[in-house]
Amino acid sequence: MIQKNMVALILAGGQGSRLGAMTKKTAKPAVPFGGKYRIIDFALSNCSNSGIDTVGILTQYKPQQLSTHIGIGTPWDLDRVHGGVTILPPYMSEAGGDWYSGTANAVYQNLTFLDQYNPKYVLILSGDHIYKMDYRKMLAAHTAAGAKATIAVIDVPIEEASRFGIMNTDSDGRIVSFEEKPREPKSTLASMGIYIFTYADLKKYLREDSLNHSSDNDFGKNIIPSMLSAGEKLIAYRFDGYWKDVGTVESFWEANMDLLKADNEVKLFQNDWKLYTVTGSIPSQYIGPDASLKDCLISEGCVIMGEVEHSVIFPGVTVGANSRVVDSIVMEGCTIEENVIVNKSILLEGVTVKANNAVGDGAGIAVIEEGRVLSGGGFMK
Amino acid sequence: MKDYMAILNLAENENDIRALTTNRPIASVPIGSRYRVIDFMLSNLVNAGIGNVGIFTESNSRSLADHLGTGKPWDLNRKNDGLFLFNHGLCNLMYTDSKLIKNNMEYIYRSKSKDVILCSSYMVCNMDFTDVIRSHEDSDADITVVYTHTKNADKEFSNCFTLDIDPATKELRGAGKNIGIGPEADVCMEIFLMTKERLTDFIYKSTSLTSLTNFYNLIFDQIGSLKFNTYRFEGYVSCINTVSSYFKSNMDMLEPDVSTELFRSNIRPIFTKIKDEPPTIYIKGCRVGHSLIADGCRIEGTVTDSLLGRYVDVEEGAVVKNSIILQNVRIHKNARLSHVIIDKNVDIDENTELKGNEFFPLVIEKRNLLR
Repeated sequence: MIQKNMVALILAGGQGSRLGAMTKKTAKPAVPFGGKYRIIDFALSNCSNSGIDTVGILTQYKPQQLSTHIGIGTPWDLDRVHGGVTILPPYMSEAGGDWYSGTANAVYQNLTFLDQYNPKYVLILSGDHIYKMDYRKMLAAHTAAGAKATIAVIDVPIEEASRFGIMNTDSDGRIVSFEEKPREPKSTLASMGIYIFTYADLKKYLREDSLNHSSDNDFGKNIIPSMLSAGEKLIAYRFDGYWKDVGTVESFWEANMDLLKADNEVKLFQNDWKLYTVTGSIPSQYIGPDASLKDCLISEGCVIMGEVEHSVIFPGVTVGANSRVVDSIVMEGCTIEENVIVNKSILLEGVTVKANNAVGDGAGIAVIEEGRVLSGGGFMK
Repeated sequence: MKDYMAILNLAENENDIRALTTNRPIASVPIGSRYRVIDFMLSNLVNAGIGNVGIFTESNSRSLADHLGTGKPWDLNRKNDGLFLFNHGLCNLMYTDSKLIKNNMEYIYRSKSKDVILCSSYMVCNMDFTDVIRSHEDSDADITVVYTHTKNADKEFSNCFTLDIDPATKELRGAGKNIGIGPEADVCMEIFLMTKERLTDFIYKSTSLTSLTNFYNLIFDQIGSLKFNTYRFEGYVSCINTVSSYFKSNMDMLEPDVSTELFRSNIRPIFTKIKDEPPTIYIKGCRVGHSLIADGCRIEGTVTDSLLGRYVDVEEGAVVKNSIILQNVRIHKNARLSHVIIDKNVDIDENTELKGNEFFPLVIEKRNLLR
């Protein structure tokens, strides 16, 4: 059997309940982002661009759209002869079946998947973060240090540090202690939820954890602390780039708006680190004779007759004449008829705003549920 | 409906579109902002449920082979049947289109289909082939030929076959060449339906002749001895065989009725190769109107009445009017373009001014990356 050097597992089972209506029908990693992508495309494209050809995706909460999106992995070049992408939902066994009770348990339940490839290293990722990262560099740091586990960290402002899992390190980057959401943080290095484990050690600690009935079966809460207390060598790998956990409606909206900045750090246009996604066969966008466009991202298949300012427009959206879309995110297949104002809103897929309506008051972010038809004239929030 | 295979014969006359075909056949000339010429006919076939398409091309097919790949975008990457690409390799003047087909006769023999659709790529249209097939099968004819009635024969369809069709009986009386004498004509769309045996007969007959006669001439030689059914296509069609028809066809695609018919059919989409470009970004200060823009562009200048391919940069102060800009072109600050066709990978320097006109658009050829 061919041994894989490193296999990636993407944790994609979370609901992302703080995203409200956006995750009513789908898991957070499948939420559309950035004008044509879904959030998980970042992790998947990172894997593809980092030369990782074997990826398992752990699903649990409403996985249908996610599974359809991933398919056999073709957009990410993950339709491979040996390896490729595998979706790993919870399953039944002779002794019954269990849901994934935590991040570590989800991986533990899929050790047989990992054993198929007998990898030297395992990369654990979250499917719901926006960032571009070369995992090869992180692996190089892991092997150079001879660590049992490496945790990617990012420097956060001290006032925000208590929202994260904080790593306290010595001068060589070795992790001395780990605190989950500390009230008084001793450092500003926040865990990004990206781990590389040497597989043999990971297996050992997962097995031990599975026997401990008081454990939450979580990497941050259980696995990392128990490795630290056993005196294992764990190192922090510092990442300085754009990284965002779009956990709330506000941060989701902000991360989309970040893309409109002239030198945005996500670098959608970067050619040597492309973002891949599922693309349909639809025509180019048509911009009408009286359209007005200002700082916006627009995707294929759109027909824009009105005005779009500081907004992100997904494929197949129609904006009618005399309509104005500002500070908004309009997802795939929405129809905005004539004389409509859409202000600081998120229109989920397939929303129709009939003529002579207004959506959003510009104060809070208005989220319009998938497939809704707004009619009747007047204002809607 | 019987089971048809399709043969796309790409031996198309390139004499009047050379500027765009130095590196590629007409079939892979970019068109409509994000498509290639062949996408239309290929999608038409696939949308009618045809799952076996053989493409016969002359040399110079690197770009075509790259575009087609394994045929996946057209759902033609199949275990059984699917897409087959045959080409000459070196350009051999003694080769004719029929000789190329003959050399690959085994492909035709092996196919399970008993009937065949023979067509060209450069007739850009969105056609319901199932209706053509129905007409063929109802007619009991040996050969069905598809044509369009045009009022622009003096400007378009140059050198295409014109058909003499009895207005009352729809019977095919003869065929000739369009030399642009009058505006009105019935133009052959180079689409033929017949049995596989009939096609192989033609191929053997044609290759036994020493002349370089076009394959289609041989078919029309049979007028009178075989039964022809004529099918009139009523939709939009343009033949991409001259620079001016290429320009006009692209401009037509900016018009809502043409673009709706060609691209926005829910049941007959036009498929093309997928690239992974981000959405297009429109930067404050840009002015865009009546244009088709592909994904991956950055627009800070002015673009009106134009078509932009993928990854086109229009910098601040640059003005693009009535032009066709193909993939990966950078138009630097304050450049002014009007009625031009810019092929792939070209950089237009700052303050450059380029101007053609509607009938003679200026073509800037593709940058040769080999140098």
